Formats: sequence, C-alpha cells, structure tokens
Amino acid sequence: MSLKAEHINYIYSAGTAYEIAALRDINFEIPDGQFLGLIGHTGSGKSTLVQHLNGLIKATGGQLYFNGEDIYREGYSMRELRSQVGLVFQYPEHQLFEVDVLSDVCFGPLNQGMSKEAAKERARAALRMVGLGEEYESRSPFELSGGQKRRVAIAGVLAMEPQVLILDEPTAGLDPRGRDEILDQLAALHREKKITVILVSHSMEDVARYVERIIVMNQGKILYDGEPREVFRHYEELEQVGLAAPQVTYIMHALKASGLDVDENATTIREARETILQAFRKE
Amino acid sequence: MIKDITLGQYYPADSILHKLDPRVKLVATLVFIVSLFLVKTWVGYVVATLFLALVIRMSRVPFSFMVRGLKAIIMLLMITVVFNLFLTPGNRVLVSFWKFQITDEGLRTAAFMAVRLIYLIIGSSVMTLTTTPNDLTDGMEKGLGPLKKLHVPVHEMAMIMAIALRFIPILMEETDKIMKAQMARGADFETGNLVQKAKSLVPLLVPLFISAFRRANDLAMAMEARCYHGGEGRTKMKPLRYESRDFKAYGVLGLYLCAVIAVRVLGNYVRLI
Repeated sequence: MSLKAEHINYIYSAGTAYEIAALRDINFEIPDGQFLGLIGHTGSGKSTLVQHLNGLIKATGGQLYFNGEDIYREGYSMRELRSQVGLVFQYPEHQLFEVDVLSDVCFGPLNQGMSKEAAKERARAALRMVGLGEEYESRSPFELSGGQKRRVAIAGVLAMEPQVLILDEPTAGLDPRGRDEILDQLAALHREKKITVILVSHSMEDVARYVERIIVMNQGKILYDGEPREVFRHYEELEQVGLAAPQVTYIMHALKASGLDVDENATTIREARETILQAFRKE
Repeated sequence: MIKDITLGQYYPADSILHKLDPRVKLVATLVFIVSLFLVKTWVGYVVATLFLALVIRMSRVPFSFMVRGLKAIIMLLMITVVFNLFLTPGNRVLVSFWKFQITDEGLRTAAFMAVRLIYLIIGSSVMTLTTTPNDLTDGMEKGLGPLKKLHVPVHEMAMIMAIALRFIPILMEETDKIMKAQMARGADFETGNLVQKAKSLVPLLVPLFISAFRRANDLAMAMEARCYHGGEGRTKMKPLRYESRDFKAYGVLGLYLCAVIAVRVLGNYVRLI
C-alpha cells in the first residue's frame, strides 16, 4: 500500500504561448501511514502535484503507482482511486452546496454507492472527527463561520474514509487558534486511523510540529526530501528559494555559533528546551 | 477541461496588429463583417480571403488559435449548410432524392453562407486575440464618446463590459476548481442520462453562483473604497491617441472596402460566374 511517482512531468497548456513546465522529473515513494509535509512557495508546483495523486490531472510524462498499480493503465478506475485518495482542496469551503451540513458531508459516501443510512452514519462519524457536534448537522453550511465551514468540507472528504488524505493548505486564512485546532485534529486522525496524511503548506512552522517527512518543492522540482531535521539543516538554501526554517532552527544555530553546546537540529520548542537545558547542565 | 472558448482570450505577441489603436481594430472588424454581407460573388470572397489572410499573417497569432473559436459554432454551421443545401430552389437540379433536391443555387448559397459564418468568427477572433479586453473596452468607450451628449451611459456600459470580460477567465478557473473538488468527492459529470446529468450539475452550479456573487460584492466594495463614482471627471493613465500606423491601417481598410464595393458594383454589370 503506497503511492509511488516515477519521473512525473507536467506541462501546462502544452503547445501554446502560455506553456509552463509545472512539474519536472518528480520521483518519490510514500509508504503507508506516513505523515508527510509537502512544502514550497506559491507556484512551486505543489498543488499541481497533489492533483496528480488522485488522477485529476494526468501527467504529461512518467508513471504513478497506487498500491503497486499503474493508475495510467487502461481501464484503471479513477473513481476508485479518488475514493481511496481523498483530496481536500485549498479553501474547500467554496465547494459546499447542500442545504444542511449533514447532507453535504453525505455527498461523497453517496457517490461511493452507499445507502442513505450508511452514508449518514459515515457523515456523523466524520463530523465528530473534525470536532463538530450533533447540533451542526441540520444547519445550513453557509451560515457557519469560516473555520467551521472548512471543517465541514474536510469532513466531506473524511466521510469517504480514504486510505490517503491529502490537504492543500488546510490552514490558509484561518486564525492561529483555528489553525492549531485543525492541525491537532489531523494529527489525532493520523494516530487513530493510521492513514497516510499529506499536508501541503508553505509554512515550515506549521508542518514541523506534526510531520515525519518533508518534501520541499521549488520550480516544479523536488529540492529536498527527508526528515524535518535533515531538511531544516539546509535553512540557508531554503531561504534562497523563498522559504524559511522554523524559528527554533535559527535560534539553535545562533546559540551554537555563540558557543553553547546545543543540538542545532531541534525542530520543535520542546526539543529546543531540552537541549538548551542539557547544555546548561553540562556547563 | 473547459478552456476551448477562444472568444475574449488574448494571445500575447509582438505584432503591428497588437500595437494598433483598439478603435482601429473595432472599426476594422465592423467593416470586415459588413463587407462579408456585401460580397455576393466568388471574386468578392477572394478579396475578403486575401484581406483576412494578410491580417492573420500580420497578427503573428498561430492559425490554430483562430480556428479554435469555430468549435463553438460548429452546430450552427452544420444546420445552416444543410438547410441551405437542400431547401434552396434553383434552376438546375444537381441531385434529387425523395423530397429533397440539391440545386446549383443551393450549393452556392450553402457554400457562401458557410464561408461567411467562418470568416465572421475568425474575423472577430483576430480582434479579441490581438487586443486585451481592457484595450477593447477603452476603445469602445472612446469611440462611442460622442454618444455621451445624448445621455447614453457610455462609460458605465464600457465598465460593465470590462468587468464581465475580466470575470470570464476567473469564473472558468473557478468552475474548473469546483468541478475538480467535487470529482475528488466522487462526483460524476459525464455519464448518465439528461436528468442525471442536470442533477449532477447542482454541486457545481450552487458553489459557482455563490462565488460569483461573493466576488461581485467584493469588487463593488473595493471599487467604492477607491472612490469610484462613475466616469465623471475620470482620467486615464494611458489615454488613447492615434499614431501614424493607425492612419495607415485606416488607409488599408479603406482600400479593402473600396475593392469589395468595386467588385460588387462591377459584378452587377459583368456576370462573373
């Protein structure tokens, strides 16, 4: 069970004046149950890449395998793929359309061919997962707050119970609290359901706390691929491509440079605290 | 997915046609359309074809882009051709079967109508491909300026057009996005009978309408925040001014029109085909 990309290339508007190479020779393998961060600044191709993963965009070159099967082979069911690889778009609240929250979340499961009752059950479970109680089920999705709308939209994909969940900038435009809530819920979901989660973001800070692996994209290519601490070691190069390492990384490097014996690979505040305390104890 | 609509799509290139004053291009398009209805003979069409070919060449826009606009009228084109072909009475019957007959006159009218329609679309495509929507509405506003004296809200009409044109690509992109988002949730827009297909559009149309209204609202607010209050006393950063190449273009256009009229008038005396 995995997602594997081999030499994926994608050219927008091929053969016209607007031709842009959006993806260039992308290779990776994402094993089951991984929590992965896909990072890149605007226009780096990250949104384009994730749309390949559930077959919404067909690569102009290269192969993509889901669970070992070539998704571009003739007769491969894209519908099946899409119900296995759930994709939550940027600003997903813009896709809400039903009269009440519950029916909107039911849309996915019903498309999967489930009965009304089973779909409702799934929808309720999905709404719980994103922290929306029973009292929201019969409300119109359009009268909710921005953060609540977004959670309804995420629940709409969760209700399909995908094996891989991809979220494109799920925290864009949310306040810090809404952001933390959604990311915490995702982390909990990943822990409990053991599904693969791919978090697309331009913010290292958001991602560093949660993910096990980071893929950094720049100009349609993969720049770095590894554990957060490995990737953040290149914080100077990251800055050059318009990204930044978490603030902790900068502080740790500054401390190290000023002579304190700390582990400069700490990526979270907790790790930083421990290594600083350790360094002081040693002295 | 739905990017086949060329009308109102600008193709950036560095050509004389791109640089011309939009008023010239508007007038030229109008003249070309009128000229298509003036020509009645093969010779006239040859003149129109030569003119169009020259313009297309000068525009430096790939020919495939010009033709793309034809996709939208292919049905209309077929119906026109078929009706004209079978239902025009004439002197000489070429083919006859059951209740239908193809006459020489029918063949002629069908061919002329088809060419006329195709040239109409290509002619206007040349304008929209070489002129940005902004330039186009600017040209219209300035060109129709004298009508302001008759209390025609020229500026408002131009502004409405500019905004409408500006929103076409935005809404198309939005449609694409919502379609993809719903497809990611298993929506199917392609299969099923007519009723099912219509039903499957609800998850697309509702969010699209909501977003269109939201965008309209935001834009109105943003315009008011920048003190927009109509055309009164508004100045332009780049006012339109005729240059020598524009007068030359008018000259060429005049020559073309003269040629078409000459062919038409001469055609009345000398029976050319």
